[in-house]
Amino acid sequence: MNEIVPTVASAEIARPAGWRGFVADWSSDQKAFRNVSWGKAMMWVFLLSDTFIFGSFLIGYMTVRMSTVVPWPNPSEVFALEIAGHHLPLILIAIMTFVLISSSGTMAMAVNFGYRRDRRKTAILMLATALLGATFVGMQAFEWSKLIAEGVRPWGNPWGAEQFGASFFMITGFHGTHVTIGVIFLLIIARKVWRGDFDRERRGFFTSRKGNYEIVEITGLYWHFVDLVWVFIFALFYLW
Amino acid sequence: MVDVMHGTPEPLSAAETDDVELYHPKSWVTKYVFSQDAKIIAIQYATVALAIGLVALVLSWLMRLQLGFPGVFSFIDPDRYYQLITMHGMIMVVYLLTALFLGGFGNYLIPLMLGARDMVFPYVNMLSFWIYFLAVLVLVTGFFLPGGPTGAGWTLYPPQAILSNTPGQQWGIIVMLVSLILFIIGFTMGGLNYVVTVLQGRARGMTLMRMPLTIWGIFTATVMALLAFPALFVGAVMMLLDRLIGTSFFMPAIVAMGERLAYKGGSPILFQHLFWFFGHPEVYIVALPAFGIVSDLISTHARKNIFGYRMMVWALVAIGALSFVVWAHHMYVSGMHPSFGFFFATTTLIIAIPTAIKVYNWVLTLWRGDIHFTVPMLFALGFIVTFVNGGLTGLFLGNVVVDVPLSDTMFVVAHFHMVMGVAPILVIFGAIYHWYPKVTGHMLDDRLGKLHFWVTFLGAYLIFFPMHYIGLMGVPRRYHEIGEMAFVPPSAATLNEFITVVALIVGAAQLVFLFNLIWSIRRGRPAGGNPWRATTLEWQTPQTPPAHGNWGKTLPVVYRWAYDYSVPGAAEDFLPQNQPPTPRTG
Repeated sequence: MNEIVPTVASAEIARPAGWRGFVADWSSDQKAFRNVSWGKAMMWVFLLSDTFIFGSFLIGYMTVRMSTVVPWPNPSEVFALEIAGHHLPLILIAIMTFVLISSSGTMAMAVNFGYRRDRRKTAILMLATALLGATFVGMQAFEWSKLIAEGVRPWGNPWGAEQFGASFFMITGFHGTHVTIGVIFLLIIARKVWRGDFDRERRGFFTSRKGNYEIVEITGLYWHFVDLVWVFIFALFYLW
Repeated sequence: MVDVMHGTPEPLSAAETDDVELYHPKSWVTKYVFSQDAKIIAIQYATVALAIGLVALVLSWLMRLQLGFPGVFSFIDPDRYYQLITMHGMIMVVYLLTALFLGGFGNYLIPLMLGARDMVFPYVNMLSFWIYFLAVLVLVTGFFLPGGPTGAGWTLYPPQAILSNTPGQQWGIIVMLVSLILFIIGFTMGGLNYVVTVLQGRARGMTLMRMPLTIWGIFTATVMALLAFPALFVGAVMMLLDRLIGTSFFMPAIVAMGERLAYKGGSPILFQHLFWFFGHPEVYIVALPAFGIVSDLISTHARKNIFGYRMMVWALVAIGALSFVVWAHHMYVSGMHPSFGFFFATTTLIIAIPTAIKVYNWVLTLWRGDIHFTVPMLFALGFIVTFVNGGLTGLFLGNVVVDVPLSDTMFVVAHFHMVMGVAPILVIFGAIYHWYPKVTGHMLDDRLGKLHFWVTFLGAYLIFFPMHYIGLMGVPRRYHEIGEMAFVPPSAATLNEFITVVALIVGAAQLVFLFNLIWSIRRGRPAGGNPWRATTLEWQTPQTPPAHGNWGKTLPVVYRWAYDYSVPGAAEDFLPQNQPPTPRTG
């Protein structure tokens, strides 16, 4: 009754074909996603949930924009700058978008060097990412103060529907908060990389678990997500 | 399905993950207060949820006193009555049911039933509880602030929720929204843990299709919660902005108390959409764990394998998915294009199919089973009956033409209390009677349990059956006092008195339960490791109650599904999931 059957490697188990095979494979032993660590899986699930938050914000904004009877201010005009005598619509937003997308590039490089255990380059690239992110937030602060100086408030503005200011401050504010949290997150992890925590398997201050270089990639997932969300905000708020 | 049946031993795959290192608490505070052990966190969640649930119970008594004996209790004025309704509804749905099923049972059962040492991120799990606790505290402050808690109804519909003549407009609505935002943040931390533990942290041999249905129910509900709560989060943030800094997301141009307010151009219907995109999945967030738990209770106490395990799993997943496309059936009376009404009525009625599959499978599991009328089994059977009753009136209300006249009557109150109030709470009681021996090592008292069951179960029917009737007569809901209406006969008032008296008795019966809970911690009959002779892993732990890390030195290995009851030829009438298969003898 109590004899233990010897175990064999999972490769020897034949999987049924078709949908049943797909389900059997996905629902098989221990892990649904074979090579995905707990931390990475958790970040993905969190991002899925966060997608619904940003989705609700954007759908809410689009609903009020469509249901309001007052004309919506023209974003190309509102977000235009006069530079050296030229009237350039959306120029600041274009630069911000460029900066944020570039930061995704440096982040991807940081992940690469992290897995090569190149502490110096990883930390420098993460700092560069954080710097670009901080620049983005700085430009957003400039944009906010310019609009506030022109009289845009969450409860009204000189050009039309008052939901314009409300949606603008709420959505860019919520996204900017995400970027700021990302910058802080990047700085903390960059410090750990620099100090060599992941080479010496130093234990975390709060969780007392050993860290490893995968955290760089997990940070990267969050960062790319924030970047991707910006693309949707850019398209749906500024270009519409 | 070969994978789950007893019989031919299937070769076992090699371990895919190393055993985890656990955080070992060094002091009393890190062991019992800021604990990172999912079992302690579960008890903390359950205690806070039951405590705040008692507050909601008292609120419902006060409401019933007013409805049964209008004018007798002068301290319940209309404002107070709306505050009672609002707080009762919100506490029961969010702070009791959601927190208890997912935070309480989820935390306790997921690691144990899956053969894991703990949740994947115990530290985040601990934060989850403390943020939940903070959310409850913030909610309770509403009772003590000037103006009292909000009286906007548990749905918090604008513009009413933030107009100056609504009770609690001053502070109540603010603390309510802040508390909800905190709850969602805290829940997300826990929910991520539950999902990742189920997906990535199972014992060897525990494939998804061998998981007990309890875990399937909690898992599906958690995924739904992670996707539905964001809509409430966004709605709460936007309403907070409307209330605090004067944006007009939800507020149209409006005249209140003879004064034109500064708001203009907002969409109150947008809030309803955001709220019910959360609100309808929320119904199933509290129902699916109940479905799962009931499946396991029935199988264990009827000593029979669950009928149609695979269909039970797919029905759970299908209900979860469908519940995201039915939300506007709560908004028929808000006015909508007839095509939308048709669409949402159709999707609503389609949900009846997977739900009916589940009910049939429960009944077929009982069919010719060896039914033991233990207390958990009584509650499970009570759930099936109650759920079918509440579900049938749901079929009425899912149709636009039936819903529109009934929507603002007590019929709806009776419907949702049967289907998502009484039914899940019966499961909570059943589950507590079932797992209490594992948590404490002692059985709950049987006679007190049976008394508790019969009073609660029969009482629930005596309360809510007449309520359907007075609803059909046209007695409106949300009314502080209906006074004299030509179409309401005087007998409705008599029935209301009757309902109130029964409600007080049922409420008092819960004190018997509380006494039983506390008394049995030390004085209950010693339970042993597996008092119900159940197959699932939590009953196979080396210690009872399970120690930190759950499994001692070696993790369990799973060889079979969770429902090997009454196996022919087995030494006992059940085979635990971690029992190795017998090699074939000639």
